Amino acid sequence: MSADDGIAIRARGLTRRFGELVAVDHVDLDVPARHVYGFLGPNGSGKSTTIRMLCGLLTPSAGEIEVLGLRIPAEAEALRRHIGYMTQRFSLFEDLTVRENLEFLAAVQGVPKARSRSRIDELIDQYRFTDRKNQLAGTMSGGQKQRLALAGAVIHEPELLFLDEPTSAVDPESRRDFWEKLFELADTGTTLLVSTHLMDEAERCHRLAILDRGALVADGSPRELTGALQGRTLVVDAVDPRRAQSVIVDLPGVLSVAQVGSSLRVLTTEPVAAATAATDIRHRIEEALAAAGQHAQTTATPANLEDVFVAVTRNPMKQEAYAA
Amino acid sequence: MNGRRLWAIVIKELRQLRRDRITLAMVIGIPVLQLVLFGYAINTNLRGLHAGIADQSHTAGSRALVMDMLATGVVSPVATVNTPQQLMTMLRRGEISVGIVVPADFERRRIDGRPVAQVLVDGSDTAVQAAAAQLAQTPVDSAVPDTRAPPTSTPPSGRISVVGFYNPQRRSAINIVPGLIGVILTMTMVLFTGIAIVRERERGNMELLIATPLSSAELMVGKVLPYIVIGLVQTTVILALGVWLFAVPIRGSVLDVYLATGLLILASLALGLLISTRAQSQFQAMQMTFFIFLPSILLSGFMFPFAGMPKAAQWIAEVLPLTHFLRLIRGVMLRGASLWELWGDVLTLLAFIAVMMAVAILRFRKRLD
Repeated sequence: MSADDGIAIRARGLTRRFGELVAVDHVDLDVPARHVYGFLGPNGSGKSTTIRMLCGLLTPSAGEIEVLGLRIPAEAEALRRHIGYMTQRFSLFEDLTVRENLEFLAAVQGVPKARSRSRIDELIDQYRFTDRKNQLAGTMSGGQKQRLALAGAVIHEPELLFLDEPTSAVDPESRRDFWEKLFELADTGTTLLVSTHLMDEAERCHRLAILDRGALVADGSPRELTGALQGRTLVVDAVDPRRAQSVIVDLPGVLSVAQVGSSLRVLTTEPVAAATAATDIRHRIEEALAAAGQHAQTTATPANLEDVFVAVTRNPMKQEAYAA
Repeated sequence: MNGRRLWAIVIKELRQLRRDRITLAMVIGIPVLQLVLFGYAINTNLRGLHAGIADQSHTAGSRALVMDMLATGVVSPVATVNTPQQLMTMLRRGEISVGIVVPADFERRRIDGRPVAQVLVDGSDTAVQAAAAQLAQTPVDSAVPDTRAPPTSTPPSGRISVVGFYNPQRRSAINIVPGLIGVILTMTMVLFTGIAIVRERERGNMELLIATPLSSAELMVGKVLPYIVIGLVQTTVILALGVWLFAVPIRGSVLDVYLATGLLILASLALGLLISTRAQSQFQAMQMTFFIFLPSILLSGFMFPFAGMPKAAQWIAEVLPLTHFLRLIRGVMLRGASLWELWGDVLTLLAFIAVMMAVAILRFRKRLD
């Protein structure tokens, strides 16, 4: 964790109800400035709703928000000059060209007229739209649209950037490219809040918060979060992983078992006491497998964010999210 | 209100409009189509109704009477038969719309003042009925129409009166074209802005817009401004076609025509914006537009005379911008009045615009909840 020189976003007891449904439930949040802060959670976990409340688009049912020193939603109008917001769905105008979209946003965001043209040229160059500047936004690929949306969101050089699942409809290469851009922005002093349901993206963040059904269930740097699971992850190499899985999944002390290729990844409820000794849980797993006639080998392995997520939510994410 | 942001919206709208071929086609297509439809096809003065004739008298007088009726042009003969029963059959089958019966004792009836002839009408169409009523005014007492006889001298027996003094070709285009400006603008302007805000919402642009410093008023006014120009273009198309195709007179000043039209355009745009803040989808916006459009057409005085409507309908009509516009535009174009003389309707329209625009801006929230 790098030393921070301020908090960009602070929320206390943030709650939002839609009728009976509690979409966001008493979330406390501290986002340090100049960080890439991640919101990790499955669809419907309240990520978008939280972001919308933080930038003043939704009124919280309860709780307090302070963003860049401004009280939200009371001072939301003043905040709008200082933030960029990239919506989950492409929200630029599909029937305007790349350049026209940027021109519109520059005017609306109050980029000084004298600076406007050079800023647009700069963005077109930086975001590689030089040979597409007169193309209609609607005719571009998913990755190009995301890049354009990001260029539009930063046109006024905001201090704080909200990105709501920015890469959900983008191929892996474009995603890498996109994250490069995000780190460049963080380097120039921008604070970024990025929501995602992809583990590999979450791993890139300086800090992240895990949301589950509206509640914040964990937060910290990826290393802190995985460190907390020290010793609770095992890899089981079995001849027949699927049968082995059925044997150990119901053992007491086993939180989850997921097949990864030809081996099983096991998350336990308690740490395996020492790295070497054949302790309790590891021993029990081996015994159970032997009793079922399965030859298997268990090895301790470092925890990853997927394990963290399972541990805090007990609601395993899809394999595909992990594989990606 | 920030001029630069407002202008950005206007430019954006115009650029989008330029690429929206269907809407562009509507701008010109609707006025042309409607004008031609109303001007030519929908003619309330029917001519050439199919008629059957049963002249049982066969006298010079009866033949003269029939010829006079045919000379009006309202009917054209398609069959000559012997009995009224045959006419009834043809009428029922829809082969004729009008039957003319001259009884055998025509000459005697003419002398003792009883009804001399009968016109059988297909009453299922009121317009036909009205047209055929003209026939009942064919003279009986002389073979030549007596153009000097005033209609009040017609005996109440309903024998048949003089025809000659009517405008032989009462052209409805002259009445319809000025009103049509209002009908077309009400339809297109309310629809264009009605979908303007909803469209941004449906396409996902709204979340972007409300997260920027753009104000409600800038967004609303910016959306309206381009359509004022569109509305004036439409007005010009209708006026030009009206004058060129139908020789519609513009007896007042052209400036007054455009000022009155400008008022209706603004009123319709403001109304459209209000719809747009309420509707959840473009389809809903279109439904609501029709909810405004139908009473506008039926109650404003465009279709039916305002004076003939029941009180309740008149009250509803008074809150429709089209009603007031019709009074203005007919006054200016047909009677040569100046807007100044029609200040009551001008004020009503101005008040309507102010209220609708204010409500639309207030209703629009820069929030998602």
